Amino acid sequence: MTISYDQIRVGDALPAFETEPIARLTLALYCGASGDHNPIHVDTDFAKAAGVGDVFAHGMLSMAYLGRLLTNWVPQSALREYGVRFVAITQVGAKVRCEGRVTEKFEQDGERRVRVELSTTDQNGQTKLSGDAVVALS
Amino acid sequence: MIDKKYIGHTQPAFTVAVEASRLRFFAKATGQQDPVYSIDSAARDAGHPTLPVPPTFLFCLEMESPDPAALRNLLGLDYRRLLHGEQRFVYHRMAYAGDQLTFEQRIEDIYDKKGGALEFVVRATRVTNQRGEHVADLKGVTVMRNA
Repeated sequence: MTISYDQIRVGDALPAFETEPIARLTLALYCGASGDHNPIHVDTDFAKAAGVGDVFAHGMLSMAYLGRLLTNWVPQSALREYGVRFVAITQVGAKVRCEGRVTEKFEQDGERRVRVELSTTDQNGQTKLSGDAVVALS
Repeated sequence: MIDKKYIGHTQPAFTVAVEASRLRFFAKATGQQDPVYSIDSAARDAGHPTLPVPPTFLFCLEMESPDPAALRNLLGLDYRRLLHGEQRFVYHRMAYAGDQLTFEQRIEDIYDKKGGALEFVVRATRVTNQRGEHVADLKGVTVMRNA
């Protein structure tokens, strides 16, 4: 299935998905794979001593999930920009719902592009990441 | 307070090899089941020369600097009080397993809010490949909580 610029409408939703609950193993794997060895995400003793109570998920893990939302939708080579704000901490056990919606169609640098707004929310509907991406379409 | 004299400071460039095994590990760790990101033949069938570097992995490679704590130490940041505020990527071309990517980091801005209770460091990073081609620009905002 190829997405075409002409078929896309502002307001169209990207195919959303929700992850499995984030386990401590998920965070350990992401720690190793990402190279982000900050103990606040994997060492409960450290997290308690730092006053945050428990480990919490890397923001960049959720950004990678939203990246999957984008590359499930279009080939990665179409991606021109991708940015997020980390609005709130994603806790252990959270199911991360990834959603996107087309907000703009425009031409730039000789290409036809669309902007999408992106978000992750947890199972309680609380927004964790808020962002946007620009994708080139033919 | 973080000394604003460091606005414009650049770090020595460093080069990182993109390893296929790390890309497969990253795919597993991020629940990425699209075989394009873990199986060479699937990547080639999709038109790639080999496994592509996924959209956010450039940030991970940026952390492979010879001294990952260099900027924290330079600016006197206490990493127990740091939060990642924002992250942005502008992509110019794809990167792949086997590439040698060079990262040039620059402190683009330092500012504070709420009477200094929150301080912000904006880091801009230019990424080029072994052919000198511009791969991407990264922008990260780190927040230090002082209150």
